Amino acid sequence: MLHAPFDPEVGAHVNIVVLVKQVPDTWAERKLQDSDKTLDRAAVDVVMNEIDEYAVEEALQIKEASGGEVTIVTMGPDRAVETIRKALSMGADKAVHLSDEALHGSCALQTSYALSKVLGSLEFDLVICGSESTDARLSIMAPLLAERLGLPQLSGARKVTVEGGTVRIERQTESGYDVVEASTPAIISVVEKINEPRYPSFKGIMAAKKKPLTSLTIADAGIEADKVGLASATSMVESFSNRPPRQAGQIVKDEGDGGVKVAEFLASRKFI
Amino acid sequence: MAEVLVLVDHIDGTPKKVTFELLTKARELGEPSAVFLGAPGQSAAALESLGRYGAQKVYVGESEEIAGFLTAPKAEIIAQLVQDKSPVAVLFPSSAEGKEVAARVAVRTGSGLLADAVDLDADGTATQSVFGGGVEVKAKVTVGTNLVTIRPNSTPPVEQAGAATVEQLTVSVSDAAKGAKIVESVVESKGGRPDLGDASVVVSGGRGVGAAEGFGVIEALADSLGAAVGASRAATDAGWYPHQNQVGQTGRTVSPQLYIAAGISGAIQHRAGMQTSKTIVAINKDPEAPIFELADFGLVGDLFTVVPALTEEITKRKN
Ligand SMILES: Cc1cc2nc3c(=O)[nH]c(=O)nc-3n(C[C@H](O)[C@H](O)[C@H](O)COP(=O)(O)OP(=O)(O)OC[C@H]3O[C@@H](n4cnc5c(N)ncnc54)[C@H](O)[C@@H]3O)c2cc1C
Repeated sequence: MLHAPFDPEVGAHVNIVVLVKQVPDTWAERKLQDSDKTLDRAAVDVVMNEIDEYAVEEALQIKEASGGEVTIVTMGPDRAVETIRKALSMGADKAVHLSDEALHGSCALQTSYALSKVLGSLEFDLVICGSESTDARLSIMAPLLAERLGLPQLSGARKVTVEGGTVRIERQTESGYDVVEASTPAIISVVEKINEPRYPSFKGIMAAKKKPLTSLTIADAGIEADKVGLASATSMVESFSNRPPRQAGQIVKDEGDGGVKVAEFLASRKFI
Repeated sequence: MAEVLVLVDHIDGTPKKVTFELLTKARELGEPSAVFLGAPGQSAAALESLGRYGAQKVYVGESEEIAGFLTAPKAEIIAQLVQDKSPVAVLFPSSAEGKEVAARVAVRTGSGLLADAVDLDADGTATQSVFGGGVEVKAKVTVGTNLVTIRPNSTPPVEQAGAATVEQLTVSVSDAAKGAKIVESVVESKGGRPDLGDASVVVSGGRGVGAAEGFGVIEALADSLGAAVGASRAATDAGWYPHQNQVGQTGRTVSPQLYIAAGISGAIQHRAGMQTSKTIVAINKDPEAPIFELADFGLVGDLFTVVPALTEEITKRKN
């Protein structure tokens, strides 16, 4: 892979790639299409995946402290350009947009293959992504890419510090947190505890329009067509059913006996 | 009979309940073999219970290096086992780590992966609940070995004796798998309560709890039910309760038999972490709170009167 090894002579410049995904708005009703059982992306409002804003913010903060360049990488249909523009207007320097009909229906494993090809052509010290996307909610892109690119995986970070060629994170665990350390280049995924994302300024929005945006097809990125897309996905949806929305249950107002009322309900369901 | 590998989820050697759930499921697919990976000596505490839930074999890999680096060593060992034993499936717990190990094994073995299954059929078809529980999907791995991560509380654990014959693995972690070193492990949790992900009952408090001290009433209710304690982001951000107890999009995803939300409005990001709970009870003083849309039983009232009264009533009924 192409990356600049840390050079103390040059200084602490940190080049960062941020992976950003466009997702359906979580408030929108999301549906699978009957035809190919993939998400009906045309039918919904789309936004930048919430946690990716935190990933962009973290990259910008590291850049502001150390110098370097922030590159946005997005895989997604043409309209994902809106999301890329937002990241650029927050302050990222440039962007790469991988967009190709052939990618439609790719599973997480294929997506990680495609992204690894794009990353392989870029120079970076860190790759930062959000801990999960609100649509697929898998939380596995960081380990998938770490495995493919042979990079250390620093996932679930609620704090990141970069010092020279060493990066440390605090990783949330089930009983507290771990401090995990690796040498750059490394891949980091962040949780929303890590910072407070900035809003794009008017100046930022204007500047974003002039920032370099490279569009790549799969051929440009050296991605083999038979390794991506629905036809060769590593798992297949056999059937799906839209579940009726959860039926609202019984709502009772407290008349001084609220505790007893809840207890009676719990007893009726055999919880006590 | 075809072999099914189950990655043991454990705390210092003691298996978590989800491990027994996975072994129970694995028996429907074939002959379960548990894979125990941990620090030297830890497996001793696990063998008896793994056998009780049907493990015919237990592959034991013990080394300081397994616990000292993030996920890659475990993935390396499991990928090797997949190559050597050709199992029909490998089942992982749907914890953050379980999913990450599974993802790496998928890349290493060229296999497909289904994450966050809520059920698994005998033929390997997994059921997943997507888009906040609105859509139920049945899916199958089509390439390589069937790798599935399964959510805790998806199936009741059922005992069935297995031989639990130990096969010791020679562990030599490659340099490549030593990229992310765990330099410190800090335990912050309040001990004594069940783990949030594993618990069959969860009681959560939100901004309505008002202060760290306010969580006393939530904990008392949880203890009367043998429950784990959860919190909304508003409560963890305010520092009233530890971050690792956050339920939601970026906190833990839980799907207990019973979820009780007190003083929580029911924001979409909170729902994402608790929507698949079997039964939901909400206590909130605002009758318009969106959490009531999900609740099987909702009580409109002040949590500081309702929750203590509920705890008292439960304690009374238990005696
Ligand atoms: C990227 C991102 C990720 C997020 N991830 C999560 C997540 O993982 N988990 C999460 O929970 N949130 C998450 N959030 C935050 C989420 O949007 C909400 O802000 C949060 O869930 C609100 O918490 P709450 O319900 O406790 O507080 P509020 O929304 O303020 O609700 C408090 C409720 O308490 C009730 N109340 C007040 N006093 C009493 C009383 N005495 N008795 C009874 N009821 C009372 C009120 O009526 C109100 O309904 C995330 C947000 C973002 C942007």
